[in-house]
Amino acid sequence: MPKLETIDKLAILADAAKYDASCASSGAGGRTSRGGRGVGATDGAGICHAYTPDGRCVSLLKILMTNYCMFDCAYCVNRISSNVRRARFTVEEVVALTLDFYKRNYIEGLFLSSGIIRSPDYTMGELVRIAQRLRCDHDFRGYIHLKTIPDADPALLDEAGLYADRLSINIELANADALSQLAPEKSLPAIRKSMGRLRLKIEDAKGERAKSRKAPRYAPSGQSTQMIVGADSARDIDIVGTSALLYANYSLKRVYYSAFSPIPDSSAALPLKAPPLMREHRLYQADWLLRYYGFTVDEIATGAQGGMLDLALDPKTTWALANRALFPVDVNRAPYEMLIRIPGLGVRAAQRIVATRRFHRLRLADLSRLTTSIRKMTPFICAADWRPGALTDEADLAARLKPPARQLDLFAV
Amino acid sequence: MRAITLTGETDTAGFYAAAAALAQQDVSARDVEWRTLARERDLFAAQDASLAPQRAADADRPPRAFIAATRVMLLHRDPARFALAYRLLHRLKREPNLLQIASDPDVARAGAMAKAVRRDVHKMKAFVRFRALRFSDDTEFFVSWFEPEHHVVAAVAPHFVDRFANMRWSILTPRASAHWDGAALRLAGGATRADAPGDDALEALWRTYFAHIFNPARLNVKAMQLQMPKKYWANLPEAAIIAPLVAGAPARARAMLAAAPRLVAARHACGDPGDRTGGALQGCRRCPLWRDATQAVAGEGPLDAALMIVGEQPGDREDIAGKPFVGPAGRLLDEALARAGVERAKAYVTNAVKHFKFEPRGKQRLHKTPAAAEIDACRHWLDGERALVKPKLILALGASALRGLGLRSASISSLRGSAHALPDATLIATVHPSYLLRLRDEDEKREQWRAFLADLRKAQEALQEL
Repeated sequence: MPKLETIDKLAILADAAKYDASCASSGAGGRTSRGGRGVGATDGAGICHAYTPDGRCVSLLKILMTNYCMFDCAYCVNRISSNVRRARFTVEEVVALTLDFYKRNYIEGLFLSSGIIRSPDYTMGELVRIAQRLRCDHDFRGYIHLKTIPDADPALLDEAGLYADRLSINIELANADALSQLAPEKSLPAIRKSMGRLRLKIEDAKGERAKSRKAPRYAPSGQSTQMIVGADSARDIDIVGTSALLYANYSLKRVYYSAFSPIPDSSAALPLKAPPLMREHRLYQADWLLRYYGFTVDEIATGAQGGMLDLALDPKTTWALANRALFPVDVNRAPYEMLIRIPGLGVRAAQRIVATRRFHRLRLADLSRLTTSIRKMTPFICAADWRPGALTDEADLAARLKPPARQLDLFAV
Repeated sequence: MRAITLTGETDTAGFYAAAAALAQQDVSARDVEWRTLARERDLFAAQDASLAPQRAADADRPPRAFIAATRVMLLHRDPARFALAYRLLHRLKREPNLLQIASDPDVARAGAMAKAVRRDVHKMKAFVRFRALRFSDDTEFFVSWFEPEHHVVAAVAPHFVDRFANMRWSILTPRASAHWDGAALRLAGGATRADAPGDDALEALWRTYFAHIFNPARLNVKAMQLQMPKKYWANLPEAAIIAPLVAGAPARARAMLAAAPRLVAARHACGDPGDRTGGALQGCRRCPLWRDATQAVAGEGPLDAALMIVGEQPGDREDIAGKPFVGPAGRLLDEALARAGVERAKAYVTNAVKHFKFEPRGKQRLHKTPAAAEIDACRHWLDGERALVKPKLILALGASALRGLGLRSASISSLRGSAHALPDATLIATVHPSYLLRLRDEDEKREQWRAFLADLRKAQEALQEL
């Protein structure tokens, strides 16, 4: 085989990384290159430097160190039994690409993952070496996210967190039995134990730093994970339940959902031959309801049919339709916790309503200036000049709230 | 009609000084016309920005809240921004709460302008692309050509200093430029596209990355353009390949489908999960508590310990660490044992239930008391530990421990205070340390702590006698 140029490797190893949904570069805290030797800063917010035609953000140089892999996870394009082209970056190549891209303001940093070669320890060791070279040799102060390998030596995970802003371990599937069938080399208990270990390391390091600024940082941007949607028979509610558990058990910053693409044989009966993007979108909405809107998994489940979220309506609206006795809500009186349960009303707009109504009774025209659209919320609210009357209880309200059918264009390939 | 001339588009200090003076004289917003000097002067205004506030005496500076609400929107390119901002200031005199009423049309419009400026700032941070110039002495200089929508160059420049403090660079835009020589930031007048380099060898790599991180099976051009509008494309090296990527996406997606992994039903039959672990504790499925927990937590301590301490169940920390009594209740127990003269290291410490029972609530886990059926299901493991360790004395902490030890109808209060005989050991019962943690009343807390210590001392005495 002829020796591959860096540009060929980049094509192969970016291709291999595109199924990782996360590109977040936020939460690393303030850090600048001033007074240092190298480049890089993080200010907590994260920046999306470009958008690809799939509408996804490019914030980090997201690559695999190698797509050679000993494992045979059925849902993964890099599994040992797959016949994709293989490549492996040298440590120097990854370091140079990261720095060259960063200096031109293409990226916020590096998101490095890898197939498992030789052994989990060897692979993790190489990933850590790249991060260490960037941080120590080049004084790189941009963002680093390392995908960690749950079976690797805990000492390597401990070292990884000293260089990385974020660490992640993929939970892969919501269902333990599906995981052991589709990914025979992986085990849910091992993944959970690794996440638990990371949580304790992160919490302990935060505690130490609260006592002394000299204490080392450990993955200041926390840990995240990714779940594949559509590769097994898990229902949406199982997935949301798993997420609720992961947030509570391991203080995860984010759970990412990745629509499995393409559809596996077992689902050949489905008419769609593309990743279930709308399903993925609804799961993200449900995830937001869990984290920012005070919903429980059981409440989200009240709007779900047979454990699956409605594809035509967002999960907050389906919940509201199933709980109409709680509506209409008076925007001039209702507590914040109830305002954020109004379909179509977000956290920011609810905060602005609470701040404004102290001085001014809100009418519909006021609301339309505080939010992007009031179309969805009118059946569920009262304002100074508006009562929905019988609208809230109308039998065809669900149909009325559904967007025109062209949403499904998303699936057209 | 009064005409006020500001020294440039970013002369906010001049605006505030003039606006404060006008407001003091109660001049109506309709009677003021705002002008700015020609654009070449912008740079002087920008450079003088740090000196400018001295022109306004403290007394005639507008209120702090007004400055906070307008500082950003004044960078908007709309010439009407000064009139709008002054109208807000003038109205504030009669409507002191005005700035809190986000739904007011003027306040909402100013808010929308600020939002547009913030977005422009954010997009400039995102979409500036540097091209490298390499000199004969092998040093590099980085230059970018960018076209912001609003007057944001001076506001954004420090962001680039933060991340590229050890590079030398220039950001050129039509109305203003920022230059960093490695030590100082200099703001200057506008430039043209021709002043910046036309290419950079790295762009081929960047376009390759852009093309391959894109997933053609998820084509969504609308979402891309919402975040990266076409007006920015002219200065983005990757934008040139967007059209071919979009055109080629269906074919690439079909190729991906053809090469799709085939999910075989199951590669190997999955037997009872207990089989794989030889029926060991980690594979336990005797009750449903294993499902949500990280791991089963077995007892810990010497297998020939004379003392066995039995608690209720692992908590949040124990579930993660895989060890019993390492959380807050564990620390309290350690403290009490030390005071009573009991060496924890010599005791075998375990729980009646081996998995943590809890309810997820946001980022917290709320402890739930195990049900009788769960304690009974877990007796299998506790009985095994008792048979293995054969302790002389068992210290039971709380009601769940009693049930786990087979004392179904006994309560802590009925057993407390004296030793009892079990078939295999002597029993001393007391409360669980987490009970002490939950007490709110200070007197009650002190009293219960003393009683707890007394129970532990009794255990220590009994241990010495056995």
